[in-house]
Amino acid sequence: MTADLSAAIVVVIGGNQRMYMKKSLLFPDFTVTRDPDKCIQCEVCVRQCAFEAHSFDKAANKIETDNSKCVGCLRCATMCPTGALTVSEYQQNIKKNKNWTEKQLKELYKQAETGGILLTGMGTDKDYKIIWDHILLDAAQVTNPSIDPLREPMELRTYLGSKPDRIKLQITNYKLQTKLPPQLKLETPILFSAMSYGAISLNTMRALARAADECGIFYNTGEGGLPKELYKYGKNTIVQVASGRFGVDSDYLDVASAVEIKVGQGAKPGIGGHLPGEKVTEEISRIRMIPTGTDALSPAPHHDIYSIEDLSQLIYSLKEATCYKKPISVKVAAVHNIAAIASGIVRAGADIVAIDGLRGGTGAAPTRIRDNVGIPIELAISAVDSRLREEGIRNRASIIAAGGFRNSADVVKAIALGADAVYIGTAALVAMGCHLCQKCYTGKCNWGIATQDPYLVKRLNPEIAARRLVNLIKAWSHEIKEMMGGMGINAVESLRGNRLRLRGFDLHENELKILDIKPAGESL
Amino acid sequence: MGCSIAGIIDEKGNRFSGEEIIHAISKMYLRANGLGGGFAGYGIYPAHKDEFCFHIIYNDEKARENTESYLKHDFEIVKEEPIPTRTVKSIVNRPLLFRYFLRVKDEIKKQFYEMTQEDIVMRSVMKINAAQSGAFVISSGKNMGIFKGVGFASDIGKFYKLEEYSGYCWLAHDRFPTNTPGWWGGAHPFGLLNFSIVHNGEISSYGINKRYLEEFGYQLTLHTDSEVILYLFDLLLRKHKLPMAVAHKILCPPLWSEIERMPDVSKNFFETLRIIYGSALINGPSAIIVSDGKMMFGFTDRLKLRPLVAARNGSKFYLASEECAIQEVCPLKKGDVFFPKVGEPAIGKLRSQMTADKKQRR
Repeated sequence: MTADLSAAIVVVIGGNQRMYMKKSLLFPDFTVTRDPDKCIQCEVCVRQCAFEAHSFDKAANKIETDNSKCVGCLRCATMCPTGALTVSEYQQNIKKNKNWTEKQLKELYKQAETGGILLTGMGTDKDYKIIWDHILLDAAQVTNPSIDPLREPMELRTYLGSKPDRIKLQITNYKLQTKLPPQLKLETPILFSAMSYGAISLNTMRALARAADECGIFYNTGEGGLPKELYKYGKNTIVQVASGRFGVDSDYLDVASAVEIKVGQGAKPGIGGHLPGEKVTEEISRIRMIPTGTDALSPAPHHDIYSIEDLSQLIYSLKEATCYKKPISVKVAAVHNIAAIASGIVRAGADIVAIDGLRGGTGAAPTRIRDNVGIPIELAISAVDSRLREEGIRNRASIIAAGGFRNSADVVKAIALGADAVYIGTAALVAMGCHLCQKCYTGKCNWGIATQDPYLVKRLNPEIAARRLVNLIKAWSHEIKEMMGGMGINAVESLRGNRLRLRGFDLHENELKILDIKPAGESL
Repeated sequence: MGCSIAGIIDEKGNRFSGEEIIHAISKMYLRANGLGGGFAGYGIYPAHKDEFCFHIIYNDEKARENTESYLKHDFEIVKEEPIPTRTVKSIVNRPLLFRYFLRVKDEIKKQFYEMTQEDIVMRSVMKINAAQSGAFVISSGKNMGIFKGVGFASDIGKFYKLEEYSGYCWLAHDRFPTNTPGWWGGAHPFGLLNFSIVHNGEISSYGINKRYLEEFGYQLTLHTDSEVILYLFDLLLRKHKLPMAVAHKILCPPLWSEIERMPDVSKNFFETLRIIYGSALINGPSAIIVSDGKMMFGFTDRLKLRPLVAARNGSKFYLASEECAIQEVCPLKKGDVFFPKVGEPAIGKLRSQMTADKKQRR
């Protein structure tokens, strides 16, 4: 599999190896147009493009652009001081065909030329129906005053962790007898999703950690271990224990606020992680405890978890290791039987169940897996929340939903369907500058986010990136408050699982049934 | 909803005629639209004070037959009779109205040995009400009863001849329904076992309150949001054995910013309360009066978006949406009336249950 994957990378990176083939049948994705009147030949574009789409031809004293190398990240166009560059869709008129689309053809050419499986980054871009866009929110009118969040208190604080079903008081003096299991306290129901050191740069991680600290929320280390300099953000850190066990030691568990067992990921359910050797620098090798330059492959399953009772053992091993002071989360991909799986996870002792849907992002995944495996997070949240309530165990664990949350309205809808909080990954990366070119797996991220190349890494200023993240979280929180206020709700716990404030529009009956929401136009 | 609510309790347990509460609630008729009115009276059945009294509304005779055979299975029927009514022109389309004084059969107690008698009663009420058989149990407590229907409260009171009953605590409600249909079972008060509530407001958290209660076996069948308040009190007070004051703080908890400023012990207490019982928070504008037969407890939502005034006169304690209702039945002096603050309940309490019992025996 390793050989196949690297072959695929070779194709995308381009370079000499394509010389094997006489002539590539691939044509570019993008056309870069340079306005000669505006270009001052400053070579910023040449330096900015790690994919080497731009080069300076000394003999001709001219900047050349190789369209075939352009990935569409817009770094050159953004940084060009005179705005001379335009990146647009490649205008080659392939005969239109609804079945054999340009994308299909290109993928076939690629595979014919390399024999490799197709690799990609970020969440699926396939044209699946986005259920969020078919769910509408309620608002108060006349009989129930809407609440103005600028004038009245509006509470978003959320606690993640297992809760007892009831409180117990001493009969004589009403003193509290109940002791709460460990909780994560969030000032707003949003967390930064797991992104590993290795997949993303240290600067990106710094920005996430600082922003989490400032916003009173959490970021997640992913499976790549935790650099020592970020230990100071421990109170805002969730560390991951994945099948590769990269970077897991007692310090790592001690410093975190919660530990997450990563079983699966929405972008690639059923397969392990893959960090290409290109990204395994000396620093990464030290943190992950693997040799430099080797592919970091985490196995598809945890080889100590072949069934639910094994998961329970790992959960309790981690609880023992952290003295029952930290919530243990289990992250799974939303697959067909997610409700039963989640119920098993809760009964196995998890304090938090994180569910990553069909649109979940990634630094690297086989395209076919990313685009075809799993179920939409909207349906998964609803199925899981309903199931846990039917079994009377909803209090025992919190639900974090993940996978393609684009804006605050998606968050409000997810919470109303039954999630306690949401993980955002892609949205956070975009806030920092990502343009979704989906080339994270190449290690050549021109925005300095998904790369370990020191020259590229320094492009992301962690201070500025953290500021942008804080702005994003603040903006979304304000918007969530506005939407809640509109519904006449002033505490997020009254929104959570409150499906009566949602209506489905243009959804099939079965989808409405699984979402457990009424169609638009139907009243209480 | 618009609606008006009122409640009177004699803290010494002296019983008084239902006429008084009818006068009080009628004064606020502008807050209602004739689509629902009702009353709850405590201490009204002293001769049967140890038996569960079911008030049941039936759509037809068949519903009555079915329900009665079901009741006979679980209960010994000590007495059954139609609820006495008189003709009131404006009250139309009346269902069949019956009341039953019941004891749980010994063999049923044995069969459900893990349940209390109250649990068994609750199970029966839920079963009848959820079966959609055209029968609704509208009250099921001891020595209390609920009288309600579609019409203005003043007419409903007349219809049920409430002036002929005397009780030590009365609640009343006059309805202006907006979200849910006006039907006999949907009028207030709502009752389960000894609990009854009247509610003026709209519950924007209804969706989650309902799902939360369903986890504990409650079935919500009355097509109205107010129902959740009743079951939340039953859950918190009877099943979780919490005192009324704590239940109130679960339904209307202090703001996080207030909790932050509390001394450590209270901070921990309220934090734990909110974390565990978040789904029981009642959001949206509300004024609520609840009684369990021992006290009358009035409170408003966290922003006080619905009115509630209180007054004390001698051993009597009054709650109402508007001052005029209290003035109608009790000569008020300056300072008698007070306005409960946001987050502060107004409580009238029987000085001792014993006194009430004694008074009734007389």
